[in-house]
Amino acid sequence: MVKHLLWPLYRLKDDYRLRPIFHHLAAWAALLALILEINLAPSGLQPPTERPYLRYFLIVVLALTIILPLAARSPERKAKILAKDNFYAAAITLLNILNIVTSKYTLIPAIFFPAPDRIIAVLFEDFNYLILVCLFSSGKLLVTGFFSGALAGLVTGVAIGFSKPAAYWLNPLIKILGPIPPTAWIPIVLVAFPTTWAGAVFLIALSVWFPTSVMTSSGILNVQNAYFEVSSALGAKRVYQIFMVGIPAAMPLIFTGLFSGACSSFLTLMTAEMVGVKSGIGWYINWQREMLSYSNVYAGLIIIAFSFYSLITLFFKVRDRVLVWQKGMIKW
Amino acid sequence: MVSATLDTSQGVIDIKGVSKNFPHPDGSEVKALSQVELTVSGGEFVSLIGPSGCGKSTLLRLIAGLDKATTGTLELDGQTIDGPSAERGLAFQNPYLFPWLNIYNNVAFGLRARRVYKRLKSMVGQYLELVGLGKFGQVYPHHLSGGMAQRASLARALINEPRVLLLDEPLGALDAFTRMNMQDEILRIRSEKRITMIMVTHDVDEAIYLSDRVIIMTPGPGKVEKILAVPLTRPRARNTPDFLSLRSRILEILNFAGRLDEPAYQI
Ligand SMILES: Nc1ncnc2c1ncn2[C@@H]1O[C@H](COP(=O)(O)OP(=O)(O)OP(=O)(O)O)[C@@H](O)[C@H]1O
Ligand SMILES: [Mg+2]
Repeated sequence: MVKHLLWPLYRLKDDYRLRPIFHHLAAWAALLALILEINLAPSGLQPPTERPYLRYFLIVVLALTIILPLAARSPERKAKILAKDNFYAAAITLLNILNIVTSKYTLIPAIFFPAPDRIIAVLFEDFNYLILVCLFSSGKLLVTGFFSGALAGLVTGVAIGFSKPAAYWLNPLIKILGPIPPTAWIPIVLVAFPTTWAGAVFLIALSVWFPTSVMTSSGILNVQNAYFEVSSALGAKRVYQIFMVGIPAAMPLIFTGLFSGACSSFLTLMTAEMVGVKSGIGWYINWQREMLSYSNVYAGLIIIAFSFYSLITLFFKVRDRVLVWQKGMIKW
Repeated sequence: MVSATLDTSQGVIDIKGVSKNFPHPDGSEVKALSQVELTVSGGEFVSLIGPSGCGKSTLLRLIAGLDKATTGTLELDGQTIDGPSAERGLAFQNPYLFPWLNIYNNVAFGLRARRVYKRLKSMVGQYLELVGLGKFGQVYPHHLSGGMAQRASLARALINEPRVLLLDEPLGALDAFTRMNMQDEILRIRSEKRITMIMVTHDVDEAIYLSDRVIIMTPGPGKVEKILAVPLTRPRARNTPDFLSLRSRILEILNFAGRLDEPAYQI
């Protein structure tokens, strides 16, 4: 009934069912944003950029929202893209509103809330410095810290899980040292390590080590004993059991540990860069804040968001690969 | 490969004066097994039957080497059993397939653990075929039905060509039809591989259908009450007069034992 009353908003699809006309909402949103950006005059309170970056950006977005669903190779792929359509539309509209509030009417202080144009300009003009220098430096620090922490956590967890003496000595250590937020060590680390870089690696490793070792040991201790009995009746010796039964069985929990370790390592990385290490994206943000160039601060934040988002996505890809055998058993 | 001819000199189990006590939470001791004497000859199929708590699983675990006897000795072909080993295969009611390995790798586990996989990898396919899972190598355990999982677990235990196969209620969780199919399957495997099999079961018919001898055990303390030979020719039918009379004898012994001890055992 309602559909018939709203008839003008619907059109007939090939299968004779009614479908909304605003199917490609994201494209419409991009078009609207572009029209307003071109037709509304800027307030003049924001420093102008060399080029109309936001317009370029919106044109690219508009093109993508039209081309991507059309270029989809299979109907499933197309459905998958269109399923996100409403979300993209909302995001583009938010950008549109932000542009009007900051650039067009400047309803909030221009110094702290730069126009989208200026932020895109920074991303564009400072691209090399932001990515090749800052992000690379952060990445090096994060990767070194994360993998040494993960390795140490795995070794600690496996030792606790399989050896009573190791559990006796290491468990209290983990219980006391673990809950201390890694960043609370900064005052000591700054004086105890030869370089702040080494200190920062230690802090990041520490923040990964704690959850990884806790989850690894609890994963191994919770493996049903029957699996070890079965494997020993199949001729497996101790070391073989550790690597071929204990660790694989504990893998789901190990990944939970690595995940919280990764999240906590992001936090530690940023803090370490802001207070000690004189490089990296965290340091860049802090430096730009001190100079009151907030468009650079936002540009830095955007880069952080994208990098961490990609890392987490990669993490889940790896996890799903390793834990294929659990398909349909876990969701988080 | 094990030769198809019956070699009775291999797979002989000798159990002499075996007792097993477990500590009870109240400080006393639970006598799970007391003075068990049993000899199983090579290639023989024996069933352990009896009420819950009479020590069937305990005895099987002692033979497997998973637990140590409090007193007495257990020997396989004259060698004292002092730990788990690949020459004594094991399968439980829960198949305990490794969920992180597909069926092929589950079956191959024993070969890899003994570091002979490279040389003997063709056996994996053979044993998958043996239990009728030739097409399911790449499947993960949680996709298998109960009966298929149990077959896979048998193949995994058999691939080491153990001299003895120990089965603790291997078919206990299966429905009646799958169960009867699996009983024939076990007999078929036995006729091909000719290894000693010791099976715990709660099902009197199953015990008679499969076994050369039925070991009837009673609880409090767990001990061997009676050993009955099953003189029926193979292949066996489940409804001959001989089968049924043997069945009522076993039930009689169990009920009698039940009246002496705890509440009557219901089948
Ligand atoms: N690990 C253990 N610790 C303490 N007591 C045990 C342990 N294992 C077995 N028992 C006790 O030993 C006795 C025999 O147990 P067992 O599991 O061998 O019986 P069962 O004949 O296999 O019984 P069911 O038919 O129920 O499987 C029981 O009284 C049980 O409580
Ligand atoms: Mg039992």
